[in-house]
Amino acid sequence: MRRDKREIIARRAAQEIVAGLYVNLSLGIPALAANYLPKDVDAVLLSESGVHGFGALPPKHKGDPDLINAAKEPVALCPGASIFSSVDAYAMIRGGHVDLSILGALQVDENGNLANWMIPGKMVMGMGGGMDLACGAKRVVVAMEHTTPDKKPKILRNCTLPLTGLAVVQRIITELAVVDVTPQGLLLREVASGSSVEEVCRMTEAGLKVDKDLKIIQV
Amino acid sequence: MNKVVPDIQQAIADVADGATIMVGGLGLCGIPENLIQALLEKGTRNLTLISSNAGVEDFGISLLLRNRQVKRLVATYVGEQPIFEELVRSGDLKIELSPQGTFAERIRAGGAGIAGFYTPTGYGTIAAENKETRSWNGRHFVLELPMRAQFAFVKAWRGDRAGNLVYRATARNFNPEMATAADVTIAEVEELMEPGALEPDHVHTPGIYVQRVLQGAKYEKRIETKKARHERAQR
Repeated sequence: MRRDKREIIARRAAQEIVAGLYVNLSLGIPALAANYLPKDVDAVLLSESGVHGFGALPPKHKGDPDLINAAKEPVALCPGASIFSSVDAYAMIRGGHVDLSILGALQVDENGNLANWMIPGKMVMGMGGGMDLACGAKRVVVAMEHTTPDKKPKILRNCTLPLTGLAVVQRIITELAVVDVTPQGLLLREVASGSSVEEVCRMTEAGLKVDKDLKIIQV
Repeated sequence: MNKVVPDIQQAIADVADGATIMVGGLGLCGIPENLIQALLEKGTRNLTLISSNAGVEDFGISLLLRNRQVKRLVATYVGEQPIFEELVRSGDLKIELSPQGTFAERIRAGGAGIAGFYTPTGYGTIAAENKETRSWNGRHFVLELPMRAQFAFVKAWRGDRAGNLVYRATARNFNPEMATAADVTIAEVEELMEPGALEPDHVHTPGIYVQRVLQGAKYEKRIETKKARHERAQR
C-alpha cells in the first residue's frame, strides 16, 4: 500500500530520535513521529505544556483534563515522568537542555532560516512556543512536505515569509529528501526511493550540493 | 492568616472597568473557570487580559472577549476563532503577541523584581521589532521587559486558608508565575484545606503571593483537543 507523504516524513523524522535524548515534537507532522519510534528507544519526550516523560493514552482511556501536551491533547505519564511550570519548561528549551526539537515549517532557506508562524494577509494566530523551540534546542530538525500544495518549493534561497528563527535549522526532512544545512550551503544527504537527485533539485529553489555518500531514505 | 473570601463576587468586587488581569491556564487546562464566569456576570469592561491563549468559542476567556469586555489581550496563541478577526478589524480589540517562553519569563521577571532580560528568542523576527538587541559571545539577544498586573486569577488543585497552593499536573502551567506578578492574586481551588493539611515541602505557590482564596463552586474541566493522536505509548 502506498504510504502518504506525511507518514513517510514522520517515519524518517522518528529515526532522529535515539537513546539518551530529550526531545520536543511540535504540532503537525513532527508529532506524528511519535507513532513510529522504535518501541524501546530510551528517549524522553518533553512538552512545553510542562511535562517530560509522557506518551499516548492507553486505548479507550478518556484522558485527564489536567494532563495535556502542547497540542492540548490528553496524554499519559510514563514511569519517571516529571511535571513543571511553563517558565521552567521554557528555561529547559531556551537554556539548551533539550537535545532535539523537531518543527514543522512553511519555508526554510539555505542559511537555516525558518518561517512557520504567519502568512501576511491572513489572521495571525500567534507564534506560541515556536520561536523558543527554534532557537533554544541543541539540534533543530524541520519535518515538512517538500513543496506547497500548489507545488511551489519550500526550501528557498531566502525565506519570503516572516521568520520564526534566524539560522536555526540543521536538518530538513521531507518526503523526497534529507538535506543538511552546512556552512557551505545545503547538502543533499538522502533521497527517497522512487525519486531522484534531479527531481529533488527541480522541487528545490535553493542550490543543493550532493553528498558523495548519498543514501536512499529507509522508512 | 485567613485569606478565604467565600463569595466569589465579593472576591472580585474591586476589579474595576479598565483593570489589567493575568489569567492562568494553557488552552482550557488549569483555567480559573469560576473567576472567569464571575467576571462575565459582573460585566466589567475595558479589561486588559494577559493570558497565554484565548479559550474556545464557548469556554475560557473567549467568553469575556465575545461579551466585549476586553479591549486588549496579551497572548501567545489565540487559535482560530473568526470573532477575534472581527473584533480586531473593527478596532474593538487589540491583540499583542509574545513568544510563549518570553511571555512566561516576562511574568516571572515582573514578580521577581527584575527590570528586564535579554533572550535569544525572536532575534531577527517581527517579535524583536523596535526592541534593543545585544550580542555576547557571538549570540544575539533581545531585551524584553517585565509584565505585571493589578490582579491575577489563578487556579490550583488544593489550597489552604493561608493561600498556600498546590497545582495538579500540567494545570500548573502559567499559574505559579502569574500568582507572583500581580498586586492582588485571587486563587480558586478545587479543595480548600485547613493550614497544616498541605505538606510544606510540596507547596508550589507559597501563601505570601496570594491575597484571596476561595473554593470554586464547580469544575467542568473541558479537554480542548479530545483525541490523542499518538497511537502507541512512548517515553
